[in-house]
Amino acid sequence: MNHLLRSLAPISDSTWKELDDEARERLAPALAARKLIDFSGPHGWEYSATNLGRAVALKSAPCEGVTGAQRRVLPLVEVRANFELAQSELRDIDRGADDADLEPLDKAAHQIAVAENKAVFHGWKGVMEGIADASPHKGITLGNKPDAYRRPVAAAVERLLQSGISGPYGLALGGEEYQRVVEGAEHGGYPLLEHLRKIIDGPIVWAPGVGGAIVVSLRGGDFAFESGQDLSIGYEGHDSQTVRLYVEESFSFHVATPEAAVPLA
Amino acid sequence: MGFDQYHEPPEELPPATRTFARLCASLTEEAEAIGWYEQRIAVETDTEAIAVMRDAQGEEFKHFSMDLEFLLRRSPAWREIAEGVLFQPGDIVERGEEAEAETFEGTGAEGEGGLPAGSLGIGSLKGALR
Repeated sequence: MNHLLRSLAPISDSTWKELDDEARERLAPALAARKLIDFSGPHGWEYSATNLGRAVALKSAPCEGVTGAQRRVLPLVEVRANFELAQSELRDIDRGADDADLEPLDKAAHQIAVAENKAVFHGWKGVMEGIADASPHKGITLGNKPDAYRRPVAAAVERLLQSGISGPYGLALGGEEYQRVVEGAEHGGYPLLEHLRKIIDGPIVWAPGVGGAIVVSLRGGDFAFESGQDLSIGYEGHDSQTVRLYVEESFSFHVATPEAAVPLA
Repeated sequence: MGFDQYHEPPEELPPATRTFARLCASLTEEAEAIGWYEQRIAVETDTEAIAVMRDAQGEEFKHFSMDLEFLLRRSPAWREIAEGVLFQPGDIVERGEEAEAETFEGTGAEGEGGLPAGSLGIGSLKGALR
């Protein structure tokens, strides 16, 4: 048994499978960062820090005649979203119910996906720098009229090309922006989604938690997401009515090439 | 051209499983090629031909290693066991048994699908359509 303590939960094997399947279904569409940036791992719960390949000279030394330096590493963060499920719903799943109320799990899965997206694209204050924060390409406005999205997205691609950042590119769209694009049709009815896809020559992803949009290069080597423990469901405790569970992961993220993304506000 | 790498009907398999199967097939082919070059080199007497085949075999070593790394990145449980076996000193069988036990110890239902205990096995989604 590991730290997730799943075998202590009053949950049958088949219901655990239901819960895991439900979480996967909810998480995969919303995990935008993983669709656009490099992912390494998972390296396990015990994995604590990412090597940055840098060291800082130390002012003091153990004795005369030597110098010292201390390695810089990027510690992994742990992110957890707690939720509770009714014991009665879990028993109904055991009976074969296919409409059990798993909304608390769905909500927790969405929250942790949003947290991952926000941390990667917009940073986590005092913890990690996000893609948009690190980018030197500022000042392109997306606006709120989807028909006008084509021009700023093309401008972002041109900005990347001018910086020597090759494609293909991906476009992360915040929740509202994605909806506008999906619903939008330009003059003549040509779907905006297809038009934008042609401009960036890559995928357009729904990125809940992202404000505006971000164009990123998909060439690789520019953004590094390192997974310790990949997304997992663990057990917290239970009483006669409810079971307390959580979705959890550990990861680090750092930007190697700030120029490889353009945020569109 | 056949689709022998699929054991189940391809249309019923999710894209990630089809990709996994393709790389498994590729891994097998690279291992076969390494074995064939080993045999050819063993019987060849022309030193220039041997040099060419050694170079070609080196390519297959690289291809095999790349295929393996890809598969290990997509299969956390396989990766965990491999980490306990590959490049480790001592008895290979012993290391293998220990690595397997450490990976699946106490997992019960949590080991479903060959994933490490409790992991949802999502990993990278780069290349996913949306």
